[in-house]
Amino acid sequence: MTSFAVPTTKRSYSTAWWGMAALIATESMVFTVLLGGYFFLRASALQWPPGGIAGPELRLSLPFSFLLWGSSIPIFYAEAAIRRGSQRGLRIGLFVSAVMGAGFLAFTLEDFHDVTFGWRDNAYGSMFYVIVGLHALHVFAGLGMNVLVEIKAWQGKFRADCYTSVEVLSLYWHFVDAVWIFVFLSLFVSETWR
Amino acid sequence: MAIIDQAPDAPDAATLERIEHRWLDAPGIPGFFTTVDHKRIGVRYIYTSFVFFFLAGLAALVMRDQLASSNNNVLAPETYNALFTLHGTTMIFLFNTPVLAGFGNYLVPLQIGSRDMAFPRLNAFSYWVFLFAGLLLYSSVVVGHPPDGGWFAYVPLTDKAYSPAINIDFWGLAIIFVGISTTAGAINFIVTIFKMRAPGMTFNRMPVFVWSMLVFSFMVIFAVPAVTIAAALLEFDRLFGTAFYTPGAGGSALLYQHLFWFWGHPEVYILFVPATGMVSMMVAVFSRRVLAGYVWIVTSLVSVGFISFGVWVHHMFATGLPALALAFFAGVSLLITIPSGVQFFAWIATMWKGTVELTVPMLFTVGFLLIFLLGGITGVMVSILPFDWAVTDSYFVVAHLHYVLNGAVVFPIFGALYYWLPKMTGRMLSERLGKVSFWVMFVGFNLTFFPMHILGIIGMPRRVWTYSNGLGWDTLNLIVSLGSVLFGLGTGITLLNWAISLRRGRPAPANPWDADSLEWAVASPPPEYNFAQIPVVSSRHPLWDDDGAPAAVPVLADAAEGRDPSVRSLALEGAADKTTTITSGRDTRPFEVLEIPEQTVVPFVLALGLAAFFAGLLIEATVVGVLGVAIAVAALLRWVWRTDMDRA
Amino acid sequence: MNILHAHGSEAERLAGIWWLMFGLGAGVYAIVAGFIVWAIVRNRTAASDGPSDNTWIVWGGVVVPVVILGVLAVVTVQATSELRRPEANALHVEVVGKRWWWAVSYPGTGFVTANEVHLPAGRPVEIGLDSDNVIHSFWVPELAGKLDLIPGQHNVLRFTPRKPGRYIGECAEFCGLEHARMGFEVIVENATDFDRWLARKRNPPSAPESESALEGETVFQRQSCAGCHTVRGTAAQGTVGPDLTDIGERSTIGARTVANTPANLEAWISDAQYFKPGALMPPIELSNRDLRNLAAYLETLK
Repeated sequence: MTSFAVPTTKRSYSTAWWGMAALIATESMVFTVLLGGYFFLRASALQWPPGGIAGPELRLSLPFSFLLWGSSIPIFYAEAAIRRGSQRGLRIGLFVSAVMGAGFLAFTLEDFHDVTFGWRDNAYGSMFYVIVGLHALHVFAGLGMNVLVEIKAWQGKFRADCYTSVEVLSLYWHFVDAVWIFVFLSLFVSETWR
Repeated sequence: MAIIDQAPDAPDAATLERIEHRWLDAPGIPGFFTTVDHKRIGVRYIYTSFVFFFLAGLAALVMRDQLASSNNNVLAPETYNALFTLHGTTMIFLFNTPVLAGFGNYLVPLQIGSRDMAFPRLNAFSYWVFLFAGLLLYSSVVVGHPPDGGWFAYVPLTDKAYSPAINIDFWGLAIIFVGISTTAGAINFIVTIFKMRAPGMTFNRMPVFVWSMLVFSFMVIFAVPAVTIAAALLEFDRLFGTAFYTPGAGGSALLYQHLFWFWGHPEVYILFVPATGMVSMMVAVFSRRVLAGYVWIVTSLVSVGFISFGVWVHHMFATGLPALALAFFAGVSLLITIPSGVQFFAWIATMWKGTVELTVPMLFTVGFLLIFLLGGITGVMVSILPFDWAVTDSYFVVAHLHYVLNGAVVFPIFGALYYWLPKMTGRMLSERLGKVSFWVMFVGFNLTFFPMHILGIIGMPRRVWTYSNGLGWDTLNLIVSLGSVLFGLGTGITLLNWAISLRRGRPAPANPWDADSLEWAVASPPPEYNFAQIPVVSSRHPLWDDDGAPAAVPVLADAAEGRDPSVRSLALEGAADKTTTITSGRDTRPFEVLEIPEQTVVPFVLALGLAAFFAGLLIEATVVGVLGVAIAVAALLRWVWRTDMDRA
Repeated sequence: MNILHAHGSEAERLAGIWWLMFGLGAGVYAIVAGFIVWAIVRNRTAASDGPSDNTWIVWGGVVVPVVILGVLAVVTVQATSELRRPEANALHVEVVGKRWWWAVSYPGTGFVTANEVHLPAGRPVEIGLDSDNVIHSFWVPELAGKLDLIPGQHNVLRFTPRKPGRYIGECAEFCGLEHARMGFEVIVENATDFDRWLARKRNPPSAPESESALEGETVFQRQSCAGCHTVRGTAAQGTVGPDLTDIGERSTIGARTVANTPANLEAWISDAQYFKPGALMPPIELSNRDLRNLAAYLETLK
């Protein structure tokens, strides 16, 4: 005999959130496969990067990486804000995160402009552009989502007990930041330390 | 709140009809493009997949005509190479995978006691992407440039240097495109199975087919990215001149093989797992007893899901990789036999203690057992690394792969047709025609594929458009070709049976097979809303009480008076409001209401926009590509903007 | 081309493994299929008779498979560690996969041929496998298992041929249009015959003597043949197509597409596409007389 008491007020994530979680699982695999391919080529190569290309620099990429990772903090803040009912805190947190993310994106474009190799030159160039570029595409999509949620926030669509879009954006954004940890360590740091 | 475990007074017909009307799609063309109903979408998947099945089968028959005798000239080499490419690509991507997703789409909500999937619009989107990806691939035939690099499309053969024409691009872009469909479907299944099971249907009570769709979906999530990347990097090399696979520029031809097979091996289990899920359901019902070793079987399914990711290099045994690495993969490949063996003997145990009834679905199931047994044995043989050096890339492997991908997947699918089509269409298929179809298929199958083992042993390689006389291959090839005609005929008989049954089949009752799972608790075909009242489940076999006799399904009698909206959605009110219940993952307590979206053309438009994007890449027309992206973004915005996740 | 007609060290080992697996496989199939059929047809007296569910599953699904697979795992590890090992006094041959033929050379001798590999019986060989285009696979079933030719990767196939004879080989990796017409032959001779053959091959072919052949040589030099083909000791040093230095001695044309007869040679030269559509050799327009002489010349190249 089963019996069901009225469900407690303990919240559980919505189906949309779980859908995003599943999407993140598969996207993580995309980056895992690409980074696996990168290391595979590196291990099989006689010279890496080939053609005597200098590895990527850390002077700019390091601080801007921290800018991106830091952009998760305003998102935490925004979620906490709406959870206690602060519409203003939500809007500010979203906005600050978007600015930081946009800054990182600008750096990426500048980086592509600065590097001395093209994506057609050799497999290293191809991998670098595609991996960093794919990540940048994800950042761009995240910024788009941020704008959407910001607009909804201004329209007052969120309440302290109901803010699904914010949760979904937050999950996605943290994922984008986490991916950059692995990409940065693989493509930037590990090349500099070889 | 107390539970009554008998069905309360059934709601009257007028009420039900009113509720049905609320759920009905618009008729005709508008309804066709806007439906989000999982049953309509599931059936559509099945029909579309079978069209591709017959196209790919036809390709095979033409190939066998060419190979029926040595030095034959029925086909030019380029035609033959295109045919075997299309045959393999279609069977894997456009038949086997989507047809299983289609059965899953139809059955999973019904078997877990839900009124639809977690994401009905995403469901519609997955179907349209599948259709458009298939059309993209076959448009290559229409313009006379079908892909001809094999279904596996190894580089450097498929690089621009050796395949300069557009043929391979059709393949690469179609593969990337269809992956979106498969992945979206997998996400949908995972969330649905986790969050929408009826109260009381804990994981321990879930039907084995639902378990198999869960394992299928997790495998898809982790495997499909590899083939997407394999094809994407190939297309980057071809369209933009990158160097991923160029040996002279730091790239590697072997990288492609690793990427492709990292997906490729799990893929065959992605197909095999739902097929065995279907077998488990049918074996139990037609042995008139519960499935033996439920926990063993579920554990096997999950283990296969994991282990299958560790064997991919066994497709690369002849590439000259270091022996130690190869030996590891050989060992794991031997290991993966165990879970399959466990399932096999669970089925035997089920039949042993039961009373076997040889209905048509059961005939196909038994056929599956006899065929898969041989396929599994030859699988063990090719796992033995040095022996694989002898027979890989020969007809021995062609025999093995068809025993497992045709016999062990297609036979259950045909059994499933006879078993579940009555539920879907409300019409039984002819038993007599079904039996004829089975026997013709079974004999034809073995005539076609058994001799291939011998052909491989006497030295015939794969993927050859012709062969010399005097090698001793002629007679066997002739037998194979004749067998293939027989097999094709057998499948055609089922097609005929299917068509006839739609008009003249005996009307199907709710539970024609006296089966045990929840889909048999509703009418055939089910009402639009599936369950007027969502059942409460207290065993693995809800329709069989302790005596094994079919019982009415219990419902939560006072759900309608529950204070929480999620409890109320279990009741008739839930159906009337076009909602279904979201339950918590572990203990299946109702905790939220899912409002089923109204029908909408947005998923179709989004899929169309993506199709335009891929077409633009294919023909290198930037305008088309940009337009496609614009349409897709607009559709996506429209989709998420109005999503009623956040209440105003 | 039967892998069970084993005439090389590796093929012998693999044939042995086959018979072990075949025995086990046939036995397993007969027994398990028997269970299936019996389960269907038997009359049940009581629901509890016969092995319990768990007995079936544990013994049939776990215990017995683990034992059988254990045996096979041992066989696998043993065979893998013993096969394809480097050996002393191995003969080196280099094979490069082309579209759609095989370039064969013997390092240190200056001898280059195509589509035929001569090997000594009883002596270990090391066949280097490379490709400068797509992936191919070197498979001579009666001597050894196969190994791929992958651009950018140097593979080595090692085994010992045992019995003298002519063995057919095939390309076993789909390599494009005429993958089906990329055969080759391995000719195994006893040690003395082989040494004599190799010694002879160190020298370029002797000059043609008959009038027809001499005229043929002129045709060869005058036409575009030298642009693609090499004949050692002459001005023809092209590397696109097969080396023709010993074409007169080879048994087939076009990698086992047709038998090497003067008539076939003439037909091949005038239109290779007729025999092997897609082959990279273009049709060559010549008068009948020129063709005949050219073929006569080529047949003298041994």
